[in-house]
Amino acid sequence: MSIEVEFRHRFADFVLEVGFRTDATGITALFGHSGAGKTTIVNAIAGLFRPASGRIVVGSRVFFDSEKDIWIPPLHRRVGYVFQDSRLFPHLSVERNLQFGWRRSAAPVSVEEFFHVVELLGLQPLLNRKPRTLSGGEQSRVALGRALLASPNILLMDEPLAAIDTERRREILPHLELLRDHSALPIVYVSHSLNEIARLADHLVIVKGGRVAASGALFDLITDLRLPEATGEPPYGAVLETTVARDLKEEKLTVLAFAGGELRVPLLLYPEGTRLRTHIRASDVIIACEEPRGISANNVLPVTILEIRERTDFHVDVRLLCGTTRLVAWITHASRERLELAPGVQVFAIVKSVSIVPQARPTG
Amino acid sequence: MVCALPFAVLAALLLANRTFPGKTLVESVLHMPLVIPPVALGYVLLSVFGTRAPLGLWLAHFGIRFAFSWTGAALASAIITYPFQVRASRLAVEGLDHRLLQAAETLGAGLFDRVFNIALPIALPGVIAGAILAFAACLGEFGAIITFVSSIPGETRTLPLAIYAALQTPGGDLEAARLSAMSLMLALAGLLLAEFVGRRARQFAGL
Repeated sequence: MSIEVEFRHRFADFVLEVGFRTDATGITALFGHSGAGKTTIVNAIAGLFRPASGRIVVGSRVFFDSEKDIWIPPLHRRVGYVFQDSRLFPHLSVERNLQFGWRRSAAPVSVEEFFHVVELLGLQPLLNRKPRTLSGGEQSRVALGRALLASPNILLMDEPLAAIDTERRREILPHLELLRDHSALPIVYVSHSLNEIARLADHLVIVKGGRVAASGALFDLITDLRLPEATGEPPYGAVLETTVARDLKEEKLTVLAFAGGELRVPLLLYPEGTRLRTHIRASDVIIACEEPRGISANNVLPVTILEIRERTDFHVDVRLLCGTTRLVAWITHASRERLELAPGVQVFAIVKSVSIVPQARPTG
Repeated sequence: MVCALPFAVLAALLLANRTFPGKTLVESVLHMPLVIPPVALGYVLLSVFGTRAPLGLWLAHFGIRFAFSWTGAALASAIITYPFQVRASRLAVEGLDHRLLQAAETLGAGLFDRVFNIALPIALPGVIAGAILAFAACLGEFGAIITFVSSIPGETRTLPLAIYAALQTPGGDLEAARLSAMSLMLALAGLLLAEFVGRRARQFAGL
């Protein structure tokens, strides 16, 4: 299942010219600041916005092709759209809202499946309520359920967590992870939070000023040293896919395995084999030319310098390779010169801290 | 008035959502009953639907007669109150959140589906408000009715006409006072009912 988006449209004061292609069945994240054009891209996929020219293909279906004069109206596209403002129908109960797309679906899921989704999203107690009486988090869950129950070919989510406080986000994110890991449904997820994206996405598309600044697999692109230019933020650091290897009960440490090595982190209470995404910030990596002894950090990884890039007058960003995994460090010009760092040089990365992003449920 | 409601809602939907050539003209014509003297409207109706007017003669073949019958009174009332209904319905339709219709469309709802299941239920409180205004205007209508259908007791004599007739009769003051009180009560009851129904409708619409 691939998603191919390529179009051009001129607004009064803004030109949108985007193109990206993903083969990911998982989550494709559209990242960018407000006004970059993310929502318009999603609207074009849904058919709520018709670009002047271009082509939009989802899987085997051509939604839009200006050259062949193809335009499928939104009601025939079967996209599940979770809007930023949830857009529940105010005059219908939660149950009727959930049934809205389900009843109109060409291939509706069974009644058992309907209630399975209701249960999965914890909507059972809300079924008879009117949307106005729901909290922001509840509304988001209902909107997600309503979109899913329409049996879509693709799920579009426009900042579904933007209107929700941090507490409620924790309530929704696991549902999204479950969806990513347990269904073949491709998801396009709009966000301006790299943390959200690092936790969820498989593919990352960076939108800046109406153009696609970069597009690629999340684990690659997130450590790309050109990322700060595209995002306007300091380097995000590395996102690693790790697995719980074993617990060292005496040392009160857990060993996480990743492609290229192991990380030791304070004891976690997850079963062996649990998949965890971890985040190593660029500012939490120290580079040493010789293997350090007698230091407090638990993780010292032998790495090779891949690339060095100047970011500010004071800092350079360094991309490191550890096995097949890439890390990012951020050091001063002075350190770089003193240590004579250059691409290809073998050094040690001292990792000061690792943040764990727990997955919803152990898999694999 | 009840028969005029669906037409008013349709006109409101069209005026609120579409632009078409001559829209301003159509709007002006729709609002004309607000500004022309009702007597003039009654005269126009009489010259169109009168027993000897072409359309009136033609309709007579089918046994339909508007002039000097209660159906004519209803027709005149409907035309007079039409602008109220269109205006109120239109405000309700324009106030409708367009984004909800988009959401319905992505969920597979076609045009009529969206109008009947999303737009109308949500606009209902406004539509009801329009119907109430129209009802209030109907109760007071005098000029168009007396000109078009006259004041036939038991057929076309509305409350205001009856009050006027009573005032023209020697010693009819008491009767006029009685009828006035009655129309006052009727109007008050109507408005109270309207308020109640409107409130329920808003609740139903989840607003």
